[in-house]
Amino acid sequence: MQGKCGLFFTSYAQEREFFQSGFQKSCLAIFMLVLLILPTMVNTYYVTIVNTVLISVMAAASLNLLTGFCGQISLGHAAFMGVGAYSTANALIWGIPFLPAVLFGGLCSAVIGMFFGIPSLRLKGIYLAISTMAAQLILSYVFLHWDGATGGSSGILLRPPQIFGYVFDSHEKRYYLFLGMTVLVLLTISNLVRSRFGRAFVAIRDFHLSAEIAGVNLFKFKLYAFGVSSFLAGIAGAMLVHRTMKVSMDNFGIDMSIAYLAMIIVGGLGSVLGSIMGGIFMSLLPVVLGIVAASLSGVFSGIESQIAAVKEGVFGLVIILFLIFEPEGLVHRWRLIKAYWKLYPFAH
Amino acid sequence: MEQYLQLIINGLVVGSIYSLVALGFVIIYKATKVVNFAQGELVMVGAYICFALTVQFQLPFLAAFLITLFFSIILGLCIERLALRPLIGEEGISVIMVTIALSSVLKSLVQLIWGHDLQVYPQMLPTEPIWIAGLPVAPVYIAALILSGLLFAVFTLFFKYSRVGIAMRATAYDQQAAQSMGISVKNIFAMSWCIACVVSSIGGLILGNINGIDPHLGHLGLAVFPAVILGGLDSLAGAALGGLLIGIIENVCDGAAMQLFDIGGFKEVAAFVVLVIILMVKPYGLFGTEEIERV
Repeated sequence: MQGKCGLFFTSYAQEREFFQSGFQKSCLAIFMLVLLILPTMVNTYYVTIVNTVLISVMAAASLNLLTGFCGQISLGHAAFMGVGAYSTANALIWGIPFLPAVLFGGLCSAVIGMFFGIPSLRLKGIYLAISTMAAQLILSYVFLHWDGATGGSSGILLRPPQIFGYVFDSHEKRYYLFLGMTVLVLLTISNLVRSRFGRAFVAIRDFHLSAEIAGVNLFKFKLYAFGVSSFLAGIAGAMLVHRTMKVSMDNFGIDMSIAYLAMIIVGGLGSVLGSIMGGIFMSLLPVVLGIVAASLSGVFSGIESQIAAVKEGVFGLVIILFLIFEPEGLVHRWRLIKAYWKLYPFAH
Repeated sequence: MEQYLQLIINGLVVGSIYSLVALGFVIIYKATKVVNFAQGELVMVGAYICFALTVQFQLPFLAAFLITLFFSIILGLCIERLALRPLIGEEGISVIMVTIALSSVLKSLVQLIWGHDLQVYPQMLPTEPIWIAGLPVAPVYIAALILSGLLFAVFTLFFKYSRVGIAMRATAYDQQAAQSMGISVKNIFAMSWCIACVVSSIGGLILGNINGIDPHLGHLGLAVFPAVILGGLDSLAGAALGGLLIGIIENVCDGAAMQLFDIGGFKEVAAFVVLVIILMVKPYGLFGTEEIERV
């Protein structure tokens, strides 16, 4: 199907449409169809990997809303996810059904996120990064030491989630739960960023003074950004712990916060598609490295025992290389490829 | 009461190490406006290099010390040239992420070369404790305190009187103006990374003598943030004082939390609680330059 060779919008509504052409729509439909029948085609191991990817995408997208669209750096995203996860787990223990419990988790996370977002009124850039890092470390400490609510270092065991009597008791079933949630989160964010709120966020990111002159209440919208982002992070956190059916603080350390930041940088700041790409790339990277190391173990003995260090090194290296050579992320590369093929035989 | 005195002295000792690491941090921030999340890893690399030279190659300590400093200079140059220079002029998040990424690369290199286990330095100072106000203090702590005092004095004088130091201050103040006065901003950036690496290595040496070294030493880099924020990100005196104060606050809060509320391990976060409070009340710290700007 042929793409358009220019911009022919006659209304703003037309310009804001998600999909400009029928081709894009049919591509997406095919992609969703593949995702829907995926668990029937591959074995459980791959389904667990895809589950991890889905949750990472959710988390990365929610962080991208705050950092990529609103320009507020957060080094505490994993901790906000943790707040959501622990609140959900506690709500489930109190006997609240699954969906309201997840909602409750998201709300708790939003409250905590907004609290730690208050300094953003006065702090920018590095100072904000440091203050969210402090939030991360303080919350990690709380997760470890508030035994009554978090189970301390042993964590909390969960029961399979149940929605309207349907029990998600296998990885394949939970895959559909995670897929549904991811689509929901991504749709929320995509719609949010093309609303009044999204434009205000972008205005704040681009230049806070102009935003204020244009009538954006900086404090209010920064807090909204923290609130919405943390709310979605809380939901992602609740999903994350239902992947392994155990709430453990290992999932919510500062290394994970850094990993989510890495995802949106590799994928592309300020782009929903970028969060998806970054989430997929960064969560598949360790898996691929593991496979490579396993296949190389015959050649280099001892490489398997060093795999953790290798993964960390490659992780750092990937970030540095992306920052230097592709600072706008995978999504930029994707756009270039698309533009190239659009005009393929007659590129000039 | 005596318990608290002991805690304060412990705090001073830990604080002097924080001061040293904070010094390196502030030097980089002052000249290049880069917040270095890899400071702890620079300390670690210095400590490991010296360990390799003294224990694995059996060099005398003084030679090992000098070679370590030489290595640190090379390391600083490489980091600046390869990772930081391409990002000059990029926005904050890129620079923050590149130093974070640097920290994981350095950590993984150290783990690949030296493994995960705790390594112990040979004894260089006597282990017999020195008694101060009726409390025993290990000589190595005194050495740490003296050394950080000395370095602090040297760098204060360096920034005040030497040509390079003044050029660094000028660059920090206004890069364009400095450049038009004939100062090579690039050289200044490289120089500040070298100095920071050297200072960090010295910190690493001292730490190695106290506790031995393992790949978790890098966490120190996070512990130093409260110190620099308390002191003011771009003030040497602030770094020195902030380090000492945070060391004391950590230990005293830990003791108090243990005694009053029976909470263990409060040490890990006490400093960060302080950090959040400072950021809310007085974000430029004790001696930092206040940038007047309405946000």
